[in-house]
Parts: sequence; C-alpha cells; structure tokens
Amino acid sequence: MEATVTTANSEEKTWGGGNEPMGASYGKLMMWFFIVSDALTFSGFLAAYGFSRFKFIETWPLADEVFTHFPFMHGVSAPMYYVALMTFILIFSSVTMVLAVDAGHQMKKDKVALYMFLTIIGGLIFVGSQAWEWKNFIKGEYGAVETKGGSLLQFVDKEGHRVALADFAATLPEEREQLTRSKAKWFMSEPTLPSYSVAEVQAGFKSHPDLLIRTEVVTKEKQKTVLSREESELRLSQASLVVEGANLTRNEYGSKLFADFFFFITGFHGFHVFSGVIINIIIFFNVLVGTYEKRKSYEMVEKVGLYWHFVDLVWVFVFTVFYLV
Amino acid sequence: MSHEHVSNTGRIWKVFGILSVVTIIEVYLGIIKPDFLFMNDFLSMNLLNWIFYALTIFKAYYIVWAFMHIEGEKSTLRNAVVLPVIFLILYLLFILLTEGDYIYGVFKNSTIKWNF
Repeated sequence: MEATVTTANSEEKTWGGGNEPMGASYGKLMMWFFIVSDALTFSGFLAAYGFSRFKFIETWPLADEVFTHFPFMHGVSAPMYYVALMTFILIFSSVTMVLAVDAGHQMKKDKVALYMFLTIIGGLIFVGSQAWEWKNFIKGEYGAVETKGGSLLQFVDKEGHRVALADFAATLPEEREQLTRSKAKWFMSEPTLPSYSVAEVQAGFKSHPDLLIRTEVVTKEKQKTVLSREESELRLSQASLVVEGANLTRNEYGSKLFADFFFFITGFHGFHVFSGVIINIIIFFNVLVGTYEKRKSYEMVEKVGLYWHFVDLVWVFVFTVFYLV
Repeated sequence: MSHEHVSNTGRIWKVFGILSVVTIIEVYLGIIKPDFLFMNDFLSMNLLNWIFYALTIFKAYYIVWAFMHIEGEKSTLRNAVVLPVIFLILYLLFILLTEGDYIYGVFKNSTIKWNF
C-alpha cells in the first residue's frame, strides 16, 4: 500500500459505489456536460460567422447601421440601445434565477416561487423583444438594388445619409400584378414582388440629380464607399433586382451571408431562451405544488438555473459578435 | 451531501452591478467609437473590437463563476468543464479565422471577379 496513496478514510467508500468524485450529483454533472457540448455548438456557429466575415471583410455590413430601431421612436436612429436593453433584461432574469437558487438552499418555498416567476417574465420579455428585432430586420428600412454581379447598391444623398427607395423611385405605368395560383394557368409560385421595379428605381434616380450610390466596399476610414454621380449611373445601369428587407437569399444590408447568420444564430439562441422559459415554467409549478419541499432539496431549481445562466452567457457573446464588433 | 449554504445575495447583486457597468461601457464605446481605438488595428482586428472581446470574456467569467457558481464546485469539475471549452474554441477560431483570411486573399487577388 506504500505506492497507492489514497486519502485517509475514503478507502472504504471509493469502490463501494454511490460516491461522487466530482462532488456533484448525477443530474447536475450531466447538466454541466450538456452545457459544454451546447457551448461548443454555439462556438461553432459563431466561429463560422467569423470565418465568413473574415472572408468578406471588405464588404461586410456595418452593424450599427443595421440595428437602429427603438420602440415608439420612429425615424430616430438609435443603434444598440434596444439590444442593450434586451441584454439588461436577460442579465436581470439571470439575477432573479440565481436568487431563486439561493432561496432554494435555504428552503424558502415562497421566495423560490417568486424569483422563478420573475425569471419567466424576463425570459418572455426577451423572446418578445427578439421577435420585434426580427420583424424590423425582415421588413428593412431603405431598400437597395442588386447588380447582375451580385453586389448590393444602396442610395445616399449628398451628405451621405441613407435614402429610402420610396423617397425617390418613379411610378411607371408598367405595374405588374403579383401572380398567384388562382390568377394564372401555368404557374407554380413566385416570390413577393418588391414595391418598385428596377426600371422605376433607375428612372427615379435619373430625375434626382443629388442622389449617389453607396457600395458595400469598406474604405480605409471604415465607412462604405460612396461613388461619384457618373460612376453611380454606370453601376445602376447594371441593376437586376430590387431588394427590400431581408430573407435567407438576399438582404438589403449587404453580404448575403449576414442575414443567414443573423437568422440562424439569434434564432437558435431564441429557441434556447424559449425552451428555457418552458422548463422554468414546469419547475415553477413543481415549486408551487411543493415537490421540492417534499424532496427536501431544491437542486432541480439549481439545474435549470445552470441552463438559464448558460442562455444568458451565450447572449453575451452573440451581443458582442453581432452588435458591437 | 448538502454543504452548509450561506446566503450570498450580497455577492449576487455585486456581480449584477459589475455586469451592468460593463454592458454600459460596451454600449457607450460602441456608440462613440473613439478614433484612436477604432482606426488602429492589431492582428487584423481594430483595438476597439479587442476591447469588446476582452470585456465579453470578463462578463462571461462572472456569469460562470458567480451565477453558475462554478467557483463552489470541486476543481476537477471546474477544470473538466472550463478547460476543454477554452482549448477547443481557441483551436477552432485559430483555424477558421486563418482560413477565412486566406480565402479573402484568394478572392482579392484572383483574376476572376466574384462580386461586381
């Protein structure tokens, strides 16, 4: 026994079963390892975003030009305020969660229930905010034009402020009706028509001599390139599509992958928040009916707490990657 | 199994304060974008972004250590959870970002235009 030094007194128990080498119960341990694998999944997504961004580093959209909305403040450019608010809501719901865990350690059922309830409310507000953010992102604000070569052109005035298509596009008597299956015989489907045709945008651009085109290319000053009037007209003559808002194929903000990553990563995170809220609701009712009181342990609250904090943790990174950097 | 748990609400609120202050600093920097940080690059990323990532990891540390209370776990559990994640993320980031930068160069220097 000289060679194998074991801790005193534990020798008996070590091989007897029922011991916890990591000092955590089975459920808690597995929650930790689930979190590890989920963290690696999210890192994979975020690293893929970084990969695509480095690949198109010169043409990537500038985040603070994309997310500029705040509720009840129309037309005011408020970059980041809303998403900062969302971050606060999620951090605060993390605080109420950890307070619930803390109250659980002291077996205070009413406090656990109250804090769990607040956590659920915070989670719901966050998911709702994310839905609103998506709505704005999908709807778009200014509209843009895509060229035959796949690059995106946006419109600015002389001072470099963005101009919406609706503010200058001409109305030509060429209106085409959106085809639906009920109106056409040999017809399968077509995507929603944009509000203006390419010809209308081009005609409107011609009749507004103070408009210029802004390309996706980022200059040395870390701004988007604004072309001269002659260059603008030349580029616009190559236009092939009007782009309004965002979908998985193209978006008015710039690089096509930008919207894909935004939808996928914030969507996957939103799904985590949503399932977290559902799990929290289940545990909340278990607390109310006294399941853990009978069990004399609120460890289950601690386990869902771990998951909930993890969701918050991921958001901290998503916030940085999508909105700050 | 149940170790004696003292209420640590004080620490929870302190950590909440830290996380809030850091978030406010991030948003403030993100809005004013000071030129001396934003215009200077280090390893193909500007200093402002380095600061953002540093602050993010600072926040992540407090969330994992205080809220998820990994500071109270045994060091075996702590290491089993934290070290693989850190190692694999750094490895993945190194590979993907290097590769992304390389492909950027391929597109930029090729004779075929891909986006015009």
